[in-house]
Amino acid sequence: MIALQGIERIFQVGDQPVHALRGIDLEIGTGEYVSLMGPSGSGKSTLLNIIGLLDRASGGTYRLDGREVTALSDEEQARVRRDKIGFVFQFFHLIARLSAQQNIELPMLLAGIPAAERARRSTDLLARYGLTDRAGHRPEQLSGGQRQRVAIARATVMHPPVLLADEPTGNLDRASGQEVVQILEGLQAAGTTLIVVTHDPALGQRARRRLRMVDGRIEQDLRA
Amino acid sequence: MRWIDAIGFAWGGLRGFRSRTWLMSVSMAIGVGAVVVLTSLGEGARGYIVDQFSALGTNLLIVFPGRTETGGAGTGMLVGQTPRDLTLEDALALTRAPGIATVAPLTVGTALMTYGGRSRETTVLGSTAQWKHIRRIDMQAGSFLSESDPRAAAPVCVIGATVRRELFGSEVALGRQVRIGDRRFRVIGVMATHGESLGFNMDEIIVVPVAAAQALFNTSSLLRILIEARSRADIPHAKAQAEAILQARHEGERDVTVVTQDAVLETFDRILRALTLAVGGIAGISLSVAGILIMNVMLIAVSQRRQEIGLLKALGATRAQIRVLFLIEAMILASLGALTGLAAGLGGSALIRRVYPALPAYAPAWAISAAVLTAGLTAVIFTLLPARRAARLDAVLALSRR
Repeated sequence: MIALQGIERIFQVGDQPVHALRGIDLEIGTGEYVSLMGPSGSGKSTLLNIIGLLDRASGGTYRLDGREVTALSDEEQARVRRDKIGFVFQFFHLIARLSAQQNIELPMLLAGIPAAERARRSTDLLARYGLTDRAGHRPEQLSGGQRQRVAIARATVMHPPVLLADEPTGNLDRASGQEVVQILEGLQAAGTTLIVVTHDPALGQRARRRLRMVDGRIEQDLRA
Repeated sequence: MRWIDAIGFAWGGLRGFRSRTWLMSVSMAIGVGAVVVLTSLGEGARGYIVDQFSALGTNLLIVFPGRTETGGAGTGMLVGQTPRDLTLEDALALTRAPGIATVAPLTVGTALMTYGGRSRETTVLGSTAQWKHIRRIDMQAGSFLSESDPRAAAPVCVIGATVRRELFGSEVALGRQVRIGDRRFRVIGVMATHGESLGFNMDEIIVVPVAAAQALFNTSSLLRILIEARSRADIPHAKAQAEAILQARHEGERDVTVVTQDAVLETFDRILRALTLAVGGIAGISLSVAGILIMNVMLIAVSQRRQEIGLLKALGATRAQIRVLFLIEAMILASLGALTGLAAGLGGSALIRRVYPALPAYAPAWAISAAVLTAGLTAVIFTLLPARRAARLDAVLALSRR
C-alpha cells in the first residue's frame, strides 16, 4: 500500500546541505502496525511527514495505493491527505477557539460534508471515545488524554486507511498514554494501517513491525 | 468546503482575536464614516447655496456696472477710463423693454439709525416697490414702499424684524419718526422675518426709496439693478434687451455686466460639486490607509496562526481554501467596518442637519456606494498578499513549532 523507493530529503541549513533521509526503500502493507524509532535527528519524523504528504521528498518515488503521489498537484495532494491519511500529533494541535466537537468536524468541513452528516459522525465518535459530555468544551478545558482522544477522533473521522502518529503519548501521563495506545491499536485491529513514531521503547515494542532509523537510514526492520 | 462553513470558520477566527478584529473594523469605519460625513457636508453646502438662490426669486438677472470679460482687456482699460456708473435713469429705461417684467434699482450703504435714546448701525437699502416682488418679501405690519415716482425721495422707511425689535422693543413702530444718518424718516412698514440670505440678514436692514438713499449717501449711482424677466424662456431676450438699452444709453459702450441667476447658480454648483469630490477623495485616502493597516494586521495574523494553517493543511485544506478563508475574514472585517462607518456617517450627517437646519447635509448615493465598495476592495486587495503567504506556508515547519 505504501511503497517508498530511494527517498531522499535534503534540507539546506545555511549553505550546508543536510541529508535528513538517505535512500529510503520501504514497503508497508495494508493494516500493518509499524513503529518508527531512533535517536533525535535520525529522520523518523521527516519520513512520517513525507508518508503523510506534508513534506516533499527531494528524490525518489512514493506510491500510495499504487499511485505515484510525489508529482501530484497541491490540490490533489490535499485531497489525498484529507481522504487517505489521518494525523495524530504529540502536541494535539487542536484549534483553541473551537469546541471538541467542532475540532472533530474540521476535516469534514474542509471536505464540504453537510452539517447534519458532520454532526451525526462527530457525535458517534464523541460517544465512542467517552467524550459525549465534553462535546462543547474547548481544548483548554480538557485534560491531555481527552485532548488526544479528540485529536484521534478528528484524524479518523474521514475513515482514512492510514493513520500516522508522531509521539502520540509523548505529552501524556502513563494512564492517558495507555488509553490512547489502546484506541490506536483498536483502530489498527479494525484494519487501519498504523505508523507510530516514538522515543518510548515500551510503545515501540508493541508494534509487530519495528523500524529503527539512524542518520537518515533504516538500520533495522524487525518483524515480530 | 461549503460557503456557509467557510464564512462560519472565518467568523470564528475573527472572534478568536477580538482586539485585532476591533482595531481593523474601527479603522475601516473611520474611513467610510469620514467619506459619508464629508460628502454630505459638501452636498449640504451645495444644497444650501441652491436654496438661497431660489429664494432670490426666479428668472432673475443682475446688472453690475463695469464689464468683466475673460480673454482680453476692454476698451475702457486701454484708455484708462473707469466704467460709467449705473444710474436711476438707466434702471427706469429698462422697464420699457418687452422681455422685462420688473426692474428694481439697488443702492446700499450703512448708516446710524436712532429712535428715542437707542441707536443702531444698520444696512440701508435704497430701492423701489418692485424690490418687494423680486425678493418675495412678506410684510409683518404696515405696507412697503409705494409705487409712486421712483425719483421722489419720500422720507419713509420699511424696517426689518430685528431692527424693529431692537429699536422699538414692545412699542408700536408704525408711524414713528426715526433718524437715519442726518435725515428723518417715518416708519411705514415692518418686514416679516426672512432670516439670512447669501450672508445678508434680511431682518437687520431698512429699506428706503432709492432717491432718498442716494441723497443720504450723497451719490447718484446704483450698486446694481435687479431685473425679473417675464418668464424663464424670456431670460435670454431680457438679457440682450437690457444690454442693448444700456449700451445705447452709455454712448455705445458695453460697460455693464448682466448675469443671470442661472449662470451664477451653475458656477456655484460646479465649484461645490468639485469641492465635494475633493473632500470625498481625501476621505477616500483614509480608507486606503485602513487598507494598509489591514494588510499589516493580516500579516501578523498569518504568523500568529501558523500552527492553525499548518494543521488545516494536514487535515486536507488546499492552498486555495486557505486563501479563501483569509479573504473571507477580510471581507467580514470590511463589511463590519463599512456598516459601522455607514451608521456613524449617516448619524453624523443627521446631527449636522439638526445643528444647522439650513444645511441639507445628505450624503449623495454615489459617495455611499463608493465608500462601501472601496472598503471592500481595499480589504480584499490588501489581504491578497497575506493570504498568499498563508497558503504557501510550509505545513511541516508550522506544525513542528510550538
